[in-house]
Amino acid sequence: MTAVGLPGVTARRSSLDVVLRARELGIVIALVLLVAVTAISNPRFLSGQSIRDILLGTAILAVLAVGQAVVVITRNIDLSVGSVLGLSAFTVGTLLRDNPGLPVVVALLVGAAVGGICGAANGVLVRYGNVPALVVTLGTLYVVRGITYFWAGGQQINADELPQGFLDFGNASLVSVPYLVLIALLVLVVTGLVLRNYRAGRELYAMGSSPQAAKLAGIAVGRRTVAAFLVSGALAGLAGVLFAARFGTIDAAAGTGYELNVVAAVVVGGVAVFGGSGSVWGAALGALLLTTIGSALAVLEINQFWQQAIVGGLILLAIGADRLVAARVAATLKKRGSHVS
Amino acid sequence: MSAETAALTDRPGHLAGRFANWNVAIIALTVLVLIVAAASVDNFGTSQNFGFLVLDLLPIALVALPMTLVIVTGEIDLSVASTLGLSSALMGYLWNANQPIETIIPVCLLLGAVLGAVNGFFVTVLGLPSLAVTIGTLALYRGLAFVVLGDSAVADFPALYTDWVTGTIGGTSIPNVLIIVVILAIVFGVVLHATPVGRAVFAVGASEQAARFAGVRPGRLKFWLYVVSGLVAGLAGVLWTLRYSSARADNGAGLELAVVAAVLLGGVSIFGGKGALPGVIAGVVLLASLQNALRLSDVSNEALNVVTGVLLIASVLAPNLANAVRTAVQRRRHRTEPTSGSPSRKDLS
Repeated sequence: MTAVGLPGVTARRSSLDVVLRARELGIVIALVLLVAVTAISNPRFLSGQSIRDILLGTAILAVLAVGQAVVVITRNIDLSVGSVLGLSAFTVGTLLRDNPGLPVVVALLVGAAVGGICGAANGVLVRYGNVPALVVTLGTLYVVRGITYFWAGGQQINADELPQGFLDFGNASLVSVPYLVLIALLVLVVTGLVLRNYRAGRELYAMGSSPQAAKLAGIAVGRRTVAAFLVSGALAGLAGVLFAARFGTIDAAAGTGYELNVVAAVVVGGVAVFGGSGSVWGAALGALLLTTIGSALAVLEINQFWQQAIVGGLILLAIGADRLVAARVAATLKKRGSHVS
Repeated sequence: MSAETAALTDRPGHLAGRFANWNVAIIALTVLVLIVAAASVDNFGTSQNFGFLVLDLLPIALVALPMTLVIVTGEIDLSVASTLGLSSALMGYLWNANQPIETIIPVCLLLGAVLGAVNGFFVTVLGLPSLAVTIGTLALYRGLAFVVLGDSAVADFPALYTDWVTGTIGGTSIPNVLIIVVILAIVFGVVLHATPVGRAVFAVGASEQAARFAGVRPGRLKFWLYVVSGLVAGLAGVLWTLRYSSARADNGAGLELAVVAAVLLGGVSIFGGKGALPGVIAGVVLLASLQNALRLSDVSNEALNVVTGVLLIASVLAPNLANAVRTAVQRRRHRTEPTSGSPSRKDLS
């Protein structure tokens, strides 16, 4: 990690755009091929209902993936998102069951707040406890899930206990775009713009490229780290509300194992696990690709068990390709550098 | 933050001190938990429960041994539980195909080694980050396990083998499989703490570049560590299948978290370069006996998760906090005696 160090990363900036575009282009091509092949073998794949299902699934995963991307860009990781989603979904479910009159906006805010608290705890432990994010979020993955089970016991919240308005929110759409998808798009665009155009966002990349250099450059690394985890947690909480609205049935196990899919979406989407590069657009595309694969396997009548293996293979492929591109860029720059000196 | 810890560990006396402290602390804590549990939890101290406890900690203990070495080199292997599951699934598949068990077991061990070699290839030959690689193979191997066996279960393995795994030594309540764990623990302990290989493992974890200058080949070392990690996970898969007499694709799901928790609890640094096997063994026993005791006290499995998570975070947080306090104290001392101050440490923090 440190061997790659400063020179490669700062010098990469000039070709950063090109690399990123190439990465996201790869996912788009894979996606188009997948959709084409599936649609040819079974036109039902392009029916309205099928596309709707894919979009709804993507919306939840993409909100999680955007948050995860923010954390991974700073060279950290958040493995607790699946548990946070579960806690938020159960909190909001209980709240709505007991107060059926509550507006949907309140539910969204409460979910995001629950997640934000979990995220802030992660961030504080990582930053002020000097504990690596992997360890902290592995720990909170257990703790948050345990709290949810403890609270929920064996009980389950069913769709008929939730207010109709909330369930409508999960299914209804505006100009045939589901509300959940609109929320996911809003999250994506806002986060994408902040990361791309604002100082707060650019500093996250700087931290991920080289934490020491970022500190020397006067970036408030500690505050930014906590903020990144806060965003990831809040978005996981928001995703919990979307989950509750879409499925209507919530038990303590909601979102178990989601962290794997989220990390997969981010990595497949071209966000480097060693931080400093990638975009939330890529992460969202990764989420779309993974969800589409799941759907395509069902339509193609391929054993669903292949899905997890494909996800794993894709992660390996994506990080391998990423390394290849990075190595080529580094080699080009080295050659150019030798001309100068 | 790594610079800070590195600066602290530059002083050999301090390093040895910190180590001994943590190892002694974790072993003492384990003994304390055992005594309190035996005194306050009904049936905890019975010999029958001891047998169950050992059988429960068996897979964690086995997989934790190579995991310790992998983490000391500064890498990680999150795919171990999936390797266990794929090994178990293949065992069921071959048994369904009427293969003799004497062929199946070596094939499953070989499979584990091959899966480990795949991890090693990606990490050392392609130079990819081990966290990402093994998250990928975690999904891949578990997926393949389901592809091989679906969601069915294969039972009725030969009684000779299942009885041996669940059986005890002579008239005692010590399970037979404890022999395997003890032998492997001794082997790994000796290799890590008393051979050039072990010194190379620590050297690579402390500084890969420095180790290379000292004549160690970090890539080759890590590759073989991954092979061993896979092999042991394959063995754990075989023993798991025989213990429950059930080959399933989801066997051992989530075990990687418990293993990593136990290893870090045992005082191994996630940054590499630091750790000791006795501490890890104590970590495994601590985790398993806590779970066992709480389960006997009718605490739900889910509450156990909270305990495991808190322990995991605390085990890494505690030494850091102790260090921070120590650094603060030393800095104050330096300030009063300016001649002995070390400016480099000030710069780094």
